[in-house]
Amino acid sequence: MIQLILKRVALGILTLLLVSALIFAGTQLLPGDVASAILGQNATPQSLAALRQDLGLDLPAWQRYLTWLHGFVTGDLGMSLANRQPVADLLWPRFGNTMALAAYAAIVSVPIAVLLGLAAAVRRGGMFDRGINIVALAFVSLPEYFLGLLLILFLSVQFNLLPSLADTYSGMNFGDWLRATTLPALTLVLVTVAQMMRMTRTAVLSVMDQAYVETAFLKGLRTKRVVLRHALPNAAAPIVNVVAFNIAYLITGVVLVEAIFNYNGLGRFMVDAVAKRDLPLVQAAAMVFGAAYVILNSVADIAAIALNPRLRHPR
Amino acid sequence: MSNVLTIRGLKVAAPNGNLLVDGIDLDLAPGEVLGLIGESGAGKSTIGLAAMGYGRGGCRIVGGTINIGGTSLMEGNRATRENMRGARIAYVAQSAAAAFNPAIRIGEQIVEGALYHGKMTRPEAEAWKLELLKTLQLPNPESFGDRYPHQVSGGQLQRAMVAMAMSCRPDIIVLDEPTTALDVTTQIEVLALLRSLIQRYNTSALYITHDLAVVAQIANRIMVLRHGKMVEEGTAEQVLEAPREEYTRMLVAERQGNLVGETANRQIGDVLLDVSGVHAYYGKTPVLDDISCNLRRGETLAVVGESGSGKSTLARAIAGLLPTSAGMISFDGRRLDRSYKNRSREELRRIQLVYQLPDVALNPRQTVGEIIGRPMKFYFGMHDVPKQKEVARLLDLIGLPQDFATRLPGALSGGQKQRVCIARALAAKPDLIICDEVTSALDPLVAEDILKLLKSLQQELGLSYLFITHDLGVVRRLADRTLVMQRGKIVEQGPTVEIFQPPFHPYTEELVTSVPELRRDWLDTVLAKRQQATA
Repeated sequence: MIQLILKRVALGILTLLLVSALIFAGTQLLPGDVASAILGQNATPQSLAALRQDLGLDLPAWQRYLTWLHGFVTGDLGMSLANRQPVADLLWPRFGNTMALAAYAAIVSVPIAVLLGLAAAVRRGGMFDRGINIVALAFVSLPEYFLGLLLILFLSVQFNLLPSLADTYSGMNFGDWLRATTLPALTLVLVTVAQMMRMTRTAVLSVMDQAYVETAFLKGLRTKRVVLRHALPNAAAPIVNVVAFNIAYLITGVVLVEAIFNYNGLGRFMVDAVAKRDLPLVQAAAMVFGAAYVILNSVADIAAIALNPRLRHPR
Repeated sequence: MSNVLTIRGLKVAAPNGNLLVDGIDLDLAPGEVLGLIGESGAGKSTIGLAAMGYGRGGCRIVGGTINIGGTSLMEGNRATRENMRGARIAYVAQSAAAAFNPAIRIGEQIVEGALYHGKMTRPEAEAWKLELLKTLQLPNPESFGDRYPHQVSGGQLQRAMVAMAMSCRPDIIVLDEPTTALDVTTQIEVLALLRSLIQRYNTSALYITHDLAVVAQIANRIMVLRHGKMVEEGTAEQVLEAPREEYTRMLVAERQGNLVGETANRQIGDVLLDVSGVHAYYGKTPVLDDISCNLRRGETLAVVGESGSGKSTLARAIAGLLPTSAGMISFDGRRLDRSYKNRSREELRRIQLVYQLPDVALNPRQTVGEIIGRPMKFYFGMHDVPKQKEVARLLDLIGLPQDFATRLPGALSGGQKQRVCIARALAAKPDLIICDEVTSALDPLVAEDILKLLKSLQQELGLSYLFITHDLGVVRRLADRTLVMQRGKIVEQGPTVEIFQPPFHPYTEELVTSVPELRRDWLDTVLAKRQQATA
């Protein structure tokens, strides 16, 4: 089993390397370069060349890639080209904001989704199951920007319960922060709960048809005990997988929600950087997103390996 | 003494409203074993589960009363039934491998019921578990419970399932085909242990099986069921020795079997299949070790052995599904490539396979006509009217009405599906048909018909059969020659008549004597003999 896990970790690292190469290559394909972007219309060829040399843009691509990668691994994300500050100083606070919002949404949505999924599976075919499935489908089908706007319309404009702008600043107290971020978090919860719930339901249902679940019922166990003790451990792997996938989405896919609520997160930061053609910023943000995805998926895979009794306890 | 279980007028309905069990009355005295006998669909498992107030897959108990030691199951609420299950009446399933939760240690699953129902404290339950594991002769009883289900063998798991059912010291234990999935040599051990356990703790039992000979060893009374109704009931002696009803007589006659090797009026030709010095591996594990045998035209060669003996592997090697690592397989004088991928279409056509599970072997979305017609198109380029005619001819040959061509496999019974599989094999006009446990999944009377069909087809078409089975009764009735395998090696081979006549090879003797016989004292005699041999 250790071997399998190590293999999975190695695969994750390899994937990250590939991602880094793709990101680097992708940014190289963009037309024009930073030097001309910075100097604008009235650049002379001499000043352009000087600036390129200064920024290291005259070196061959593979050399720049290795330098960049080395810097990244050692924590040096380079300098922002636009405002000449270290990328790390600009990026990590925003990353922190994104993580905080993702954590808020995940802490609410994961338990709700798993519990609803379990409840729907236990009452298969009943009113509750059918009702919750329709509602879930509805939320899955609504795009998050639309959902976010709806929430703003009702919860802040009509009833004035929560602020429509998620203004956060450092030194803010926790209560204020919660109040500011509840609407975007709620949007994210609504978008992610449905998928996780449906997956939990399916995974548990497929296990509920197994002979060992019947055995558990024939031992006289009550439904709650059968589901929690006998069905859930065997359904855990696919559930962990979909949860990891959704958490990855909460970190990397929230650009639209951040834009709607004007939240100062990594997604908006990256979009701004693209507009300014600030390549080191774009690359660093893309790498952070890529890493979040790869790490979460690896964690899910490793959890699936670790949860399999056949792998955990070989013959 | 009053009965521990009384059932009156039991009716169980499927979700579509069909009655699966129709008006069954049943009494079980303390310490008594009642055998429920019948083919699949007779409703015997449904009765066993209904006795626990449980309906499988949406089945519902729609009528009658069930009374366990003074408590009425149907009048009580859900909690009444849950308090009974496991505690007063417990269940042992056919496949312990599926009935144990793969994610929980065996010992934990054994004691769960006793702890959950509050029958014992943890130390009491552990002590009782240890006693049960010892009684059931499981290896290392102290540490056996620490293992996970996938870490022990099928026979051990089946015994552990019995321990799990006994965990609350129930009055009644429902044994649903508890030895059917086991090899004959394992079956005899489990059967003997079950019987002594039931006697030792004076437990009553419903013993559900399709095998009369098995139930003859363990039951005091036998109830014969068909289509959800009782055919007859009586003491074991009476039902086995003087059956009143025609249906019971047929079941008994089938089980007694008849030793016929009617090879006399068949033409046996020259060697068709020649296997010499074949070795094969799964990964690094040797699964076939120096196998040599041959099969002549019009002949039937049976390959017998327990599970894991390599008999199906040999079939796969001959069909080219498992490439051999050494040795040679030749067919009609020409060497066959080790993999089917490199064999010519003609070579593939001449060897056809029929599998154990017809449900799985047929595409549920194709009609019978498409299934049988496919090889005709593939091998002979037949289309439209000639193909339809040929399909009709084959359906005639296998004894199914021609209008079956438009049906889907889902609308067929198990025996009919197996006939379709045979027709599909015949459609390729093969010389050799490899039959891999073709009757194992079928009811005895249905299996009997399939064997008759195979026999008559052989007469008519001069086919050769390689017959893989663990059922020695089938071998005696069908095979000209027999090959006995154990752990990938050939133990012995020769004419069937000689193999099954003393002097036996020791392993063959173990196999032969392990097959249950209808005599009620069979189990005692065999156990006594074995004890003598080891003493």
